[in-house]
Amino acid sequence: MAQEPILTARGLVKRYGRVTALDHADFDLYPGEILAVIGDNGAGKSSMIKAISGAITPDEGEIRLEGQVINFRSPMEARSAGIETVYQNLALSPALSIADNMFLGREIRKPGIMGSLFRKLDRAEMEKRARAKLSELGLMTIQNINQAVETLSGGQRQGVAVARAAAFGSKVVIMDEPTAALGVKESRRVLELILDVRSRGLPIVLISHNMPHVFEVADRIHIHRLGKRLCVINPKEHTMSDAVAFMTGAKEPPREALAA
Amino acid sequence: MGEPNAAAQPSQEFEKVLVNSSTQVASFDTHDKTPIQKIQHFLHSTPAAVPFIVLVAAILIFGLTIGGKFFSSYTLTLILQQIAIVGILGAAQTLVILTAGIDLSIGVIMVLSAVIMGNSAVTYGLPAPIAIFLGFLVGGACGFLNGFLVSRVKLPPFIVTLGTWYIIMATNFIYSANATIREADVTAVTQMLHVFGVSFKIGSAVFTLGVVMMVVLVLGLWYALNHTAWGRHLYAVGDDPEAAKLSGIRTGRVLLSAYTLAGLIAALAAWVSIGRNGSISPSAAVTDYNLQAITAAVIGGISLFGGRGSILGTLIGAMIVGVVSMGLNMLGADPQWKVFLTGVLIITAVAIDQWIRKVAG
Repeated sequence: MAQEPILTARGLVKRYGRVTALDHADFDLYPGEILAVIGDNGAGKSSMIKAISGAITPDEGEIRLEGQVINFRSPMEARSAGIETVYQNLALSPALSIADNMFLGREIRKPGIMGSLFRKLDRAEMEKRARAKLSELGLMTIQNINQAVETLSGGQRQGVAVARAAAFGSKVVIMDEPTAALGVKESRRVLELILDVRSRGLPIVLISHNMPHVFEVADRIHIHRLGKRLCVINPKEHTMSDAVAFMTGAKEPPREALAA
Repeated sequence: MGEPNAAAQPSQEFEKVLVNSSTQVASFDTHDKTPIQKIQHFLHSTPAAVPFIVLVAAILIFGLTIGGKFFSSYTLTLILQQIAIVGILGAAQTLVILTAGIDLSIGVIMVLSAVIMGNSAVTYGLPAPIAIFLGFLVGGACGFLNGFLVSRVKLPPFIVTLGTWYIIMATNFIYSANATIREADVTAVTQMLHVFGVSFKIGSAVFTLGVVMMVVLVLGLWYALNHTAWGRHLYAVGDDPEAAKLSGIRTGRVLLSAYTLAGLIAALAAWVSIGRNGSISPSAAVTDYNLQAITAAVIGGISLFGGRGSILGTLIGAMIVGVVSMGLNMLGADPQWKVFLTGVLIITAVAIDQWIRKVAG
């Protein structure tokens, strides 16, 4: 590919006691693409994603965002660098409102003395922006943006989490199993959202076990096996059974797809 | 739901049938609600409503059975004076309970702070502002210790504060040799320690500065909890700590601040208690102030599982206990009935809390 990758990782190692979760794993994400990451349970997908999103710090290896070496010590640092993650458990606070959740950890304060001295939140502004973002993503059947998240359905919550990531992610959006807990219709809606986010030019890392979903939306598929990148395949050139066979070690991947 | 576009057409074979399916799935509002569900939703969004209704009902019941003597502004403001200490401690307790924690040491922190304030002023002859500052310093330090053990050493709050309850209580008795500081001795040195006992009248209603302090404190905390990022983070941490952390909240700091602030508020309660009681007695450490504070919070609708409830509820919860105890007193009932009723109220409050939470399901 002629383009420079926006996010790369080289030789990531992460050990938990005697377990090696990441064994010199590599990773490349190009601008504007949807990269699916698949792998068996325990292959180290989650550890790799957590390393990129700042939730864990790798023991060895190097991560570069737009060519700059980065060392995230917390998800907050990754977020301020423009990498947003939609976690499998969504990381929403059930009792707080949709607007409060979207701005959790980066609240907007009122201008002037009310904001600087009394630290008063600018609710109106946060609600306005949350509403704008949700309607931009076609989620605007919300009647009440102050509704507690726990009163929403699974798909609606996913929608809020995706909208939050899309609203603040300036460089990369990572989605961990976004359709795992959803029904057929709600999954469809979330896949549309993912394509929607890509059409805004944001590259997406999609972690999923759902092969049909992966093959439908991904531009490239990163197959993780035994703590490292086994290969990267083009979904148009391989079948789902190929991918599963590579992933489980039942079949050797083609030489040209093998990671360098 | 947005308009279906070309990209949105189902592309999996089994999804073809979706085209004809109902499109209501993503609408964010549930439709027809029964009146009961409407009440449930209202209570869910207004957590202080239940205790408020109970308070009004309690005042009405006692007012009707006892008559004008109970309804007088004198009696009603006397209740406020009686609950000032527990109300302030309840506010401190609320901060901790909202983080899904509990502070069993809050009562003894108050007593130790009071003893420090009194000893510093009377025995050591320090100026009153410094004596009061030292009381706050000790209260804050005790709270910080709790917060440190909970947030950094990651011990369960119940265990931490059970331990510090005993440690602080023993420290209090060892340090003070269980010697009471008499009111006259305090008055001889300074008026400042008794400032919250100062009362003023509006008609026949009698307010003390301690009561005013309680109300101001609760309103201040209500503002901080609902209109600042810190308050939202406190709720988020109590609601789901993992989600809060992934959202970028420094959960450790939030916990540390909640316990430390609770310790400082306990020191404030100590100052108010000196004003109310006159003398300073280390043996007050055996009073179950911590449980009374928890009771006020729970009756006020603060969920012990964290993240839910309004601090205004705690104030109302303390008032409910005050009203019931005053009412039963005036009826000449055995004081144990007050204890009995408090128990019933606690269980009822938690049962209602569980029911309201089902709205989420």
